[in-house]
Amino acid sequence: MLITNLEVVPGRRVIDHLGLVQGSSVRAKHVGRDIMAGLKNIFGGELRGYTELLQESREEAIQRMQEQAEAIGANAVLNVRFSTSSVTQGAAELFAYGTAVTLE
Amino acid sequence: MVDLIVLLVLITLGYLFGQWSERNHYRSIIEREQELNALPAIAIKFPPVSLSKPSTTLVMGSVVISVDYFKRFVAGLRNLVGGRVTSYETLLDRGRREAILRMKAEAAEIGATMVLNIKLETASISKGRKNAVGSIEVFAYGTAYIPAKKG
Repeated sequence: MLITNLEVVPGRRVIDHLGLVQGSSVRAKHVGRDIMAGLKNIFGGELRGYTELLQESREEAIQRMQEQAEAIGANAVLNVRFSTSSVTQGAAELFAYGTAVTLE
Repeated sequence: MVDLIVLLVLITLGYLFGQWSERNHYRSIIEREQELNALPAIAIKFPPVSLSKPSTTLVMGSVVISVDYFKRFVAGLRNLVGGRVTSYETLLDRGRREAILRMKAEAAEIGATMVLNIKLETASISKGRKNAVGSIEVFAYGTAYIPAKKG
């Protein structure tokens, strides 16, 4: 499965357009990470725990999008975009969407 | 009185560690930027025309970064008089550059020569919690362009 945020794929032609596919994931962090983050709020610097958490959940969102694309018989997702929103305090939703297409 | 002492201790700790970590971070950012200078990240939407079939794939980089206690205190004071909040400017600058660097590092690993259509997204984490706004997530993504191998 080819995933890209370009609108075209160099050297290949889009033969079928299958519409929008999307995937999302809502994650909360655990207390241990929260305490570490509280300390980091005093000293400043990167919050590694959160970076990892968001990365994992973004990967999950991409995977869900990919599964949806596979289910409708696409072999590529073009023009992928991401969006992040905080649902409640301590939880964030990561959302990925794109256009499913069939490439020749 | 105790509260005041705690506040002063937090501010001092924040100042010392914050300055130290920011200096280190900037040093490492500049170093890695020079290393990855040969791999441009550009915002064009269409790949360059070529006869061979290059491959493309999505690359991403993200970072969650927090401001220290001292800087947050200074930013709070700045809110009273208005003007540039330098302490948050450097935070955002560091975050963006770090996210782009991570994305570029991922692209370099898979043998890309450039990253096309880069997009940056900034979100503030821990929003809504009282006096805890001060960490941001920056997420950079783009399409890595890997030219076809010759021969």
